[in-house]
Amino acid sequence: MTRGDNSARPGISTTGRRAGTFCLLLIVALAAQATRVQVFQADAYNHNKANQRLTIERYDQPRGNILVAGEPVTGSAPTGGRYDYKRTYTDGPAWAAVTGYASQVYGTTQLEGVYDDLLSGSDDRLSGWAVWDAVSRGQNPGGDVHTTINPAAQQAALRGLGRQQGAVVAIEPATGRILALASTPSYDPGSFAGSSAADREAWTRLRADTDQPMLNRALRQIYPPGSTFKVVTAAAALASGQVTDIHAPTGAPYPYVMQGTTTELVNDSRACDEAGLSLDEAMVNSCNSTMGWLGTQVGLQRMVSTAQAFGFNDATLDVPVRAARSNFDTGMNTSQVALSSIGQYDTAATPLVMAMVAAGIANNGTVMHPQLVDKLTRSDGTVVQLMHPQTYRQAVSPSVAAKVQQLMVDVVEEGTGSRARIPGAVVGGKTGTAQHGTGNGGTPYAWFIAWARPADSGGVPPVAVAVVVADSEATDVTGGTLAAPIARSVLRAVLDGG
Amino acid sequence: MATPTTPAAAPPTAAPVPPTRRTTELLLVVGAVLIAVFGYVEVGANIDGRPPPDAASYGAALGALALVAHAAVRWRARYADPLLLPIAVLLNGIGLVVIYRLDRATPGSAAAPAQLLWSAFGVALFLAVVIVLRDHRVLQRYAYVCALAALVLLVLPVFFPPVYGSRIWITVGAFSIQPGEFAKVLLAVFFAAYLAAHRDALALTGRRIWWFQLPRGRVLGPVLVVWAAFVGVLVLETDLGTSLLFFGLFVIMLYVATARSGWIAIGLFLAAAGAAGVGWLSPHVHGRVTDWLDPLGSIAAGQGPNQIAQSLFAFAWGGLLGAGLGLGHSILIGFAAKSDFILATIGEELGLTGLTAVLLLYALLVSRGFATGLALRDPFGRLLAIGLAAIVGLQVFVVAGGVLALIPLTGMTLPFVAQGGSSVVTNWIIVALLVRMSDTARRPRPGVRP
Repeated sequence: MTRGDNSARPGISTTGRRAGTFCLLLIVALAAQATRVQVFQADAYNHNKANQRLTIERYDQPRGNILVAGEPVTGSAPTGGRYDYKRTYTDGPAWAAVTGYASQVYGTTQLEGVYDDLLSGSDDRLSGWAVWDAVSRGQNPGGDVHTTINPAAQQAALRGLGRQQGAVVAIEPATGRILALASTPSYDPGSFAGSSAADREAWTRLRADTDQPMLNRALRQIYPPGSTFKVVTAAAALASGQVTDIHAPTGAPYPYVMQGTTTELVNDSRACDEAGLSLDEAMVNSCNSTMGWLGTQVGLQRMVSTAQAFGFNDATLDVPVRAARSNFDTGMNTSQVALSSIGQYDTAATPLVMAMVAAGIANNGTVMHPQLVDKLTRSDGTVVQLMHPQTYRQAVSPSVAAKVQQLMVDVVEEGTGSRARIPGAVVGGKTGTAQHGTGNGGTPYAWFIAWARPADSGGVPPVAVAVVVADSEATDVTGGTLAAPIARSVLRAVLDGG
Repeated sequence: MATPTTPAAAPPTAAPVPPTRRTTELLLVVGAVLIAVFGYVEVGANIDGRPPPDAASYGAALGALALVAHAAVRWRARYADPLLLPIAVLLNGIGLVVIYRLDRATPGSAAAPAQLLWSAFGVALFLAVVIVLRDHRVLQRYAYVCALAALVLLVLPVFFPPVYGSRIWITVGAFSIQPGEFAKVLLAVFFAAYLAAHRDALALTGRRIWWFQLPRGRVLGPVLVVWAAFVGVLVLETDLGTSLLFFGLFVIMLYVATARSGWIAIGLFLAAAGAAGVGWLSPHVHGRVTDWLDPLGSIAAGQGPNQIAQSLFAFAWGGLLGAGLGLGHSILIGFAAKSDFILATIGEELGLTGLTAVLLLYALLVSRGFATGLALRDPFGRLLAIGLAAIVGLQVFVVAGGVLALIPLTGMTLPFVAQGGSSVVTNWIIVALLVRMSDTARRPRPGVRP
């Protein structure tokens, strides 16, 4: 020790202890960082879209099935790849609008998406020991989704639509159960369920298809409903007291020049070109002038509230797959109300909501919440959840509904809906032929909404249906010629089966 | 030393004999082997639904290695710290289990059998050190030989083709070793000997800058030359982890020997300058820093997750309790999942709980090493034990910090756990030296009065 300050220098005992503390602090820093990653940031990392783990877990066992009338329309097949199983579909295009898809690469939609947890086995309700499963990460076999679909009605809808673009929704009016849900052109969700190059190719091709086969037209597309909307207008007119006797002359003028404009609201049928027609005559012949004028007499507010009671302007209509919002404007001048009352202007509806209109009238004015699923079960068949019918809205009183029913029956018996007649059954319907496109140059949308019950039964009709044919090759495009026969075959399929 | 009160019954001349704790060590070693065998069985049960057919032979092999090592300690180092060997056995066993588990995800490239063989080789060297080396002070004589050997080992790989961007392997046929791993022990010996001999000269103070007493230029020179030689070689080989480790070791040992905080200041300055320079010059390193700053950047850029992102995904998936051995997906990390990134598999399958347990094992190993150093009496031994313990601590920090995105990733192996023969063998030598020195530290010295 040559220097004086060396005596004050701490020895190795001190410096060694400090260095050891430093090394231990480094390890503490590691534990802190591990806690940050594994606890606080874990959720974000787990759900990062580049993290394959959720997909791997989802496909590491056979997926639960979606069933129609007790028969699975889906399956699972081993792949031998990183994702152990892939989704298969027994008849993909027929059920695509019901099932949606479950793709290893492109995710899940519709029922496959809404019930993904149940189908993949991660839904807590599948297990009696949820807490233990969370700790042990035990996986339950995927549960099953039982749909309300009636296979005969679905097949009838698909056969009827054929190669045309369009959609069919059929509902059981008393319960809201959806009996048919068809959209054409369709696609095979099985073609891109896996993760191979062929799957990617199929996906790219479908996405590029200008016919939009992956668009679910029954739930996710809105069309101007045209004259089928007159059912809502008639219901509003009767409910508001504007019309009390459907056979009594209304005060409707002819020709009808819309208030605040110089434009005349013209009719397609000469039978309409007359002042003071009754509501029944106006419905049977689908008179624009009378119904448009009636809408203005009911008034904007009443028209809006009636339309909303049938499902318009509902942005969260879940069946449980979410339907697009059907629109009836809430701020319009009188002429716009007139046009909207005949299903034109900004009025646009999904086939689902137009089926709700027919079903609500058939169910004595009570609109039931549409429901695509009957029950959820575990793989052993025990019930996870039973769906109960739910009232959506009391749209009109039973007496008003009865009058609208009569109007709709008259349309089929005497008017534009004659092609929907079914021997031995009472059928009520309404046609619609909606102009659209620039200067109304597009192929019109051919609509038909209807309900039917056996002639010997006085109860609530077992089926209501909405049909839209969006892009037909036919020369004479009207709801009565194109859409009514499809509706008829769907109604028959349910009546014959039930 | 505190003077213990002599029991009245004992002969007045006899020193109190400290307990050897060998039975404690035996029980702990057996427990460590059982934990490893349990992990092995769990992998099989989770993947195949039944224990692996070779569970018994695997357990027997690990048990035999552990018991032989224990016997050697009992024979030649009966006062050794009873925790060192069990920790080494447990870490090595966990490593073997995790590598075996990852082998199941990479059919056709099994690494566990080779790792077991290397572990056996490591234990053989452990035996050699414990049995042959009777006194660690002998090593002091070979300080410069060690330095030269270390330099040769570090330079050798330059003449071999680079593997994955780094020239740190010597490859002869199917056989490859990482000489830098052995070099770090040799270097610790050299540093300890050099510093023990020159610590007073090094501690002489020169200029004072702020609150740092800088060392004199005359003593600073040789130290800087040594540092530059090693770091230069490593930068040429683009092996950043090892250069960071050597540099950290060097600074820590200098500080411990001289108590001059000026060394830390110089060290930090040199490290910062070196890191900035290398980061600027080398695209390899630049990429590592970019990945560290934004681990998910490659995802946003549409290139998919990089290894750091995959590593973080793995840790996150483990959560608190882990997915269970064999039930994680850390194989998505891809290349180096069994070596540099092995901690991610532990994090994913054993969770934060298991990961913390492993970190605690390292903390315990490091603190036992430091305790050994503090308990020794000769400066060389003290510095060597502290240096060896610091190697383990720094290496754990560098590799685990890298895969956890705490610091930029620099390729290193997790001591005892990661796949890599050189690493396992070196760590067994480190533990052997610590066992030898802890025996010396606790052994009652004949002729010394209590």
